[in-house]
Amino acid sequence: MTKKNASTFIPKFVDLSRRSMLSLGGKGILSAGAVALLSGSETLALVNPASADEMNEDVQFLNAALGAEQEAIAAYQVGAESGLLGKSALDLAVQFQGHHKEHATLLAKTVTQLGGKAVAPKMDYHFPVEKLKTEADVLGFAASLEKGAVSAYLGAVPLFTNRDLAQAAASILGDEAMHWAVLRSALGQNPVPSAFMS
Amino acid sequence: MFRASLIAIIFWLSPLMASSADSDRGARLYGRCTGCHSLDYDRTGPRHCGLIGRKAGAVPGFVYSSAMKNSSILWSVQTLDVFLQNPRAFMPGNRMPYAGIKNNQDRADLIAFLVAANDDPKQCAQP
Repeated sequence: MTKKNASTFIPKFVDLSRRSMLSLGGKGILSAGAVALLSGSETLALVNPASADEMNEDVQFLNAALGAEQEAIAAYQVGAESGLLGKSALDLAVQFQGHHKEHATLLAKTVTQLGGKAVAPKMDYHFPVEKLKTEADVLGFAASLEKGAVSAYLGAVPLFTNRDLAQAAASILGDEAMHWAVLRSALGQNPVPSAFMS
Repeated sequence: MFRASLIAIIFWLSPLMASSADSDRGARLYGRCTGCHSLDYDRTGPRHCGLIGRKAGAVPGFVYSSAMKNSSILWSVQTLDVFLQNPRAFMPGNRMPYAGIKNNQDRADLIAFLVAANDDPKQCAQP
């Protein structure tokens, strides 16, 4: 096997020449802008300046992600209140809902920082509650939402003009992929059924 | 005018993609859409039941971008094929945050599934 330089594994969109690179325990690298976004820092700002139109598009993408996160929060609430979940499944649902709340808070804050208006949660959501009769049904429904969320972020990441935002969105994607895998495992399914996501 | 001609040419070429579409495979590919869409109800994206033959931006009660609402597109195998290849290039200003499906067979299979599901009473029961 050919030995590859470590930089081979760093996503191409990360500009290695920038001074703003920070090392994360030697296991990964995030740019300063992405770190600012992920930590909710007030100073995100536009490490990669973009035109107003491009920034407007980024705000659109962030708002679309925010809408999906709000839907996920509501879905986990339905699952948690269904009375169908045992303790371990309920703990998972509450933990994952908490992650989605963190995503939503950060996305809303970032939209505002970029001069946009964060979308509000819907007054009500339609979920197929009539099909949820067992714990496995609820976990399967949650898994399908998480898989969809991974695909949605995967489709959106290449669109961001600001690459720091793209990287931050990819970080959320990773979290949702872990949710999907854990839920599949809880269902007794292969947690990682393929080498690639689409 | 130029844009209209370009679209016409693309539509003329697009039937090439539909030669061996597999709707079962398309059903699996539809998982890519389910972060935002469902067949039978609106989510952050509009429902897909009844999509084929529907004017773009016409699901009652769903809030569309001006670009989508004013596009005059009628959804068909051909228009979907072009749109899904690169939604933002095809319709600048639309709000669908999706880079597109570049693989011709993937698009053909996905669209075959959407056609099959379009008015399937099992999948398209109104909530």
